Amino acid sequence: MKPFIALESRLVPLPTNDIDTDQIIPARFLKTTSKEGLDKQLFCDWRYNADGSEKPDFILNTPRGKGAEILLAGDNFGCGSSREHAPWALTQFGFRAVISTSFADIFKNNALKNSLLPIVVPADVHAKLFTLPEDAKVQVDLKAQKLILPDGTAVEFPVDPFAKNCLLEGVDELGWILKQESSIAAYEASRIGTLNTLA
Amino acid sequence: MSGSVKSGALRTLSQKVWDGHIVHEEPGAPSLLFIDLHLVHEVTSPQAFSGLRARGLKVRRPDLTVATADHSIPTTDRSLPILDKVAAAQVAKLEENCKEFGIPCYGLHSSHQGIVHVIGPELGFTQPGMTVVCGDSHTATHGAFGALAFGIGTSEVENVLASQCLLQRPSKTFRVNVNGVLRNGVTAKDIILALIAKIGIGGGTGTVMEYAGSAIRALDMEGRMTVCNMAIEGGARAGMIAPDDTTFQYLNGRPFAPKGEAWDAAVARWKQLPTDEGAAFDRDIDIDANTLEPMITWGTNPGMGIPITGVIPDASSGADAMARESLAKALAYMGLEGGKPVLGHPIDVVFIGSCTNSRISDLRAAAAVLKGRKVNPKVRTMVVPGSQEVKRQAIAEGLPEIFRAAGCDWREPGCSMCIAMNGDQLSPGEYSVSTSNRNFEGRQGKGGRTFLASPQTAAASAIAGAVADVRTLL
Repeated sequence: MKPFIALESRLVPLPTNDIDTDQIIPARFLKTTSKEGLDKQLFCDWRYNADGSEKPDFILNTPRGKGAEILLAGDNFGCGSSREHAPWALTQFGFRAVISTSFADIFKNNALKNSLLPIVVPADVHAKLFTLPEDAKVQVDLKAQKLILPDGTAVEFPVDPFAKNCLLEGVDELGWILKQESSIAAYEASRIGTLNTLA
Repeated sequence: MSGSVKSGALRTLSQKVWDGHIVHEEPGAPSLLFIDLHLVHEVTSPQAFSGLRARGLKVRRPDLTVATADHSIPTTDRSLPILDKVAAAQVAKLEENCKEFGIPCYGLHSSHQGIVHVIGPELGFTQPGMTVVCGDSHTATHGAFGALAFGIGTSEVENVLASQCLLQRPSKTFRVNVNGVLRNGVTAKDIILALIAKIGIGGGTGTVMEYAGSAIRALDMEGRMTVCNMAIEGGARAGMIAPDDTTFQYLNGRPFAPKGEAWDAAVARWKQLPTDEGAAFDRDIDIDANTLEPMITWGTNPGMGIPITGVIPDASSGADAMARESLAKALAYMGLEGGKPVLGHPIDVVFIGSCTNSRISDLRAAAAVLKGRKVNPKVRTMVVPGSQEVKRQAIAEGLPEIFRAAGCDWREPGCSMCIAMNGDQLSPGEYSVSTSNRNFEGRQGKGGRTFLASPQTAAASAIAGAVADVRTLL
């Protein structure tokens, strides 16, 4: 995982509530066995016509949608399936953070494991962000857990302290989990369980 | 997911399961939980196995892991090869990975193949008090047995394969009390659709739901699975129901359920699981089963549901500008107008299947409506059993003959048109009544439009050629 270093970017607004993972990346693209090459499939059905041509009005097809690293979305972003292809597609397109008032639980967990920062802001800040001029930039200071608006206002956002550390250092959870070998072995030794799927 | 509490305190079902699975805790870190059952399928696992290989790791507990192919497989004749080369490669990869890492796999040609959330319970893998995970959000299904069961992403699939453990923070507890008696034509599916319509698609975010009350107790295990299955559609990570005699009777004698003395000891343990009298939940909500009607969704998420005799809300009813815009977008996608009913709206397709409603009782309920009747000739009606076992049972009861005589297409087990990865899909603009769990834009095929409902409502709608109230046929 790439370390998450400070970020300054324009915002790509997508003012729709409850954007589900089937919109982020439709299920027909989940037949792949790889994590790669998903950037073109991001928001595919909102982004392209049936003939494959771009829908000119969709934000990712406009100059504003290119080169920015922060997606600004409506409430409850990422609801629906557990597909990690959603954060894979978002990061491969170039996003490093998503701002909303709330995130679905599984999406949030998946995002944090892929150096994609879900930033929860209060409703008033959320509404204000949508009114910023196109070229306005915001800064993300993960260490301080602050989103800094163009007028200098700093808005604190919550991040799980463990996930924050993983993001800052660019390490994943598995290394930490495997270091708990003695606890895992002790638990297994005392565990009451009769299931054996190999039986 | 549901936080640990001091011993001696009153605890909920989910807290008891949580407490029993803590492997390691330290300040600043989430709890490390042991996982009793890891279900694997072809779509969300290949990248996790690649990760294991890259790190030189093994699967720690293949004896607590089980795989099947369900999402991307065709539901046509199984003696034919998979025509979609990308899907064929994914299914082959699952079988290769399982062989390499020693995991039992109920693959495409297994006599126990089926939707992962159908075969787990029917083979007795899923048991009360377990922690169950799968790279699939509908893992909540297994909570019907009093297991703490939730969907995980592929990174977490890799973590569990490697360590049999998962790092988790506790969730809040949310009790849904459903009391009363369901009226004729009203089902488990209608309970959960009514709940989600009430709280909204994000209403349960950050919680584990526990369904309680006389109407839940009265459900059989398959109805309970339908309710728990859609916990995620209300945003909850998991949905649970306390185990009782209904649960034990369902499990007793299943191939992987405990036997003999081990069974008696297990039942004694399972009887300790129900929420302690007086234990507090972070949130409680009541649903009156006596007044529920069959439910139908009109929009593009499962929270956009109304009673079958109700009217579609107007976009102007949204709380703020973005909510109004989102409602208008849903109405435009669906080609519907606020203030009008869904009842009577013409349809093109009926899909009876999915991890929500493809079990034998669902097929029996649909067959009871279809028996001696014909589906409208303009409606394509697909009936997709949840597993080979469900299919065998249906054949033994003569259900395929009823479906075929009515003009339905009886198919092989799989996720099919719930997720539309396998060629079973709607064409752009088509309307379906579907017994599955999601009506998101394009979920059942690009441009397709989905009304979610119970198997009875789906069967009645197939006959009418339009969204119908099954109570007129009972």
